[in-house]
Amino acid sequence: MSGSEGEGNRQEQEQGEEAFPVGPETEAENAAAQTVNSAGQQSGQQQNQQPDEWKRLQEITSKWMKGMGPEEEIVISSRIRLARNINGLPFPPLASDTQREKVLALAHSVLQEQSEHFREMRLIHMGSLSPICRQVLMEKHLISPLQVKECHAGAVILRADEVISIMVNEEDHLRVQCLLPGLQLERGWQEASRYDDYFEQSLDYAFHEELGYLTTCPTNVGTGLRASVMLYLSALTLTGQLNHFLTAVNQVGLVVRGIYGEGSEMVGGLCQISNQITLGHSEEEIWQNLYSVIRQLISQEKKARQQLLNQQREKLADRAGRAYGILKYARMLDSKEAMQLISDVRLGVDLGLLQHVPLEILSELLTLISPGCLQYLKGRNLSPYELNLERAIRVKQCLP
Amino acid sequence: MLCQKCGGKKASVHLTKISDGLKSEMYICEYCARESGELDFTMEGKFPLYQFFSSMMGLSAPESDPVLAPATNREAQCPVCGLTYSQFGQIGRFGCARCYVSFGKDILPLFRRLHGNLRHIGKIPSRAGTQLKFKQKLEHLKLELQKKVVAEEFEEAAQLRDKIRELEKGIAAGGE
Repeated sequence: MSGSEGEGNRQEQEQGEEAFPVGPETEAENAAAQTVNSAGQQSGQQQNQQPDEWKRLQEITSKWMKGMGPEEEIVISSRIRLARNINGLPFPPLASDTQREKVLALAHSVLQEQSEHFREMRLIHMGSLSPICRQVLMEKHLISPLQVKECHAGAVILRADEVISIMVNEEDHLRVQCLLPGLQLERGWQEASRYDDYFEQSLDYAFHEELGYLTTCPTNVGTGLRASVMLYLSALTLTGQLNHFLTAVNQVGLVVRGIYGEGSEMVGGLCQISNQITLGHSEEEIWQNLYSVIRQLISQEKKARQQLLNQQREKLADRAGRAYGILKYARMLDSKEAMQLISDVRLGVDLGLLQHVPLEILSELLTLISPGCLQYLKGRNLSPYELNLERAIRVKQCLP
Repeated sequence: MLCQKCGGKKASVHLTKISDGLKSEMYICEYCARESGELDFTMEGKFPLYQFFSSMMGLSAPESDPVLAPATNREAQCPVCGLTYSQFGQIGRFGCARCYVSFGKDILPLFRRLHGNLRHIGKIPSRAGTQLKFKQKLEHLKLELQKKVVAEEFEEAAQLRDKIRELEKGIAAGGE
């Protein structure tokens, strides 16, 4: 079900003993990246190599992370995903290699036929990326864990700003995704739907009069739409109210998970909330329902923050300061601890108790501390022990 | 054909395995199949939802249980991709768009339980949508034609037949 997309279990990845064969990262990406320019031709993508930590961070974190969105102090990002299949071809799990190649060729031809709409996009073949590169894309929520494991003719079509990513031959033939900072579900839906239309102009979708868009998993049938919002409910967690609210959220057909999907733990109040039902409600109803619940949660979170600020100002400032101190000077950090500390610092920044840490750095750090990114930056495989050392070094360098 | 595992016995099991989205096919003997535990069809990965599917579809209950195992055609098979209803219950994934039609009414309770609904509301692809409209019109005209033939109104029937032909040409040409 929904857990198959864009996430994975970070803890599990860290414990994994299996070493990642490290490919020549930049060359691999260069070889794989093809820019479709306005004339529909492809050209190699140049990658800027900079030793400077900030430059590397910019390369590794999505451009959209630099921009801030509505309700940015609580909401990290909003995501809309549409699952689509092409008529007349078996769905990817049962498709033969040739059939999967055909899907990829069809997707590629759409990019060429409608080059005016895909000027900023590049098609990246999964097979030409090293496992670490694929893991980085997954940690950035641009591809799914399914695509990390190399599957035949798998690809992702990425817009330069990484707001739009279209997975090819994932669980469904196409998964059109729009990822935006802050609470922007409406824009996300409009953007994703626009790209969906471009594909639909050239492809015959598997569509059923009564059941809507036909998907590989019965949990996606109908609209094929998954809307999700990643947000910090730190104060509700600290005041012990979170479970109360999450139970209510579950009752209105929404699912709450950790940011790395099904089975992943919620740390520091950071969670992901998404719709579960895809059939029988229109796309607008689905995202609006999620939007109104998120609005409610934001207002409750703000109330709880104010309450904490009024009653335990010094305690909160102390917590944020300590967290900052550990992040800045620790020599080893595991990902759970780092996430918790980032959350504590963030709350301090939001409430004006810590002034000198920009919020966007904290958002970027969330991606940077993941195992794939750390290994990508280091340029080699790291053991869990080495990962903890490396994480501490990176965090220290990035914090002002 | 000999077993692809031991190479000694006759292969009697055609094993199509879908694991993490990857499909592999093998022809093995019954002994090797049992030995390797492949006949269990247990799913790898962490999707407890799969297990719910088969119970929602009445596949995990004994066939004699009238409540949990309503009469379904467990061996219904999709003619396009070859997936059987029982396999679908195990993997929780459809093989192709045709499966939705092949398994017919048996899958509707699953949709009702998952979504509480059985009818899509929302976006309709404009191309498929156009085709859909043409198809609906075609069905309507065919019914009319039958009525006219039964009523022996042949002149009108002929007009309808011409209209149907025109529409069918349009559908074949891409819905215009």
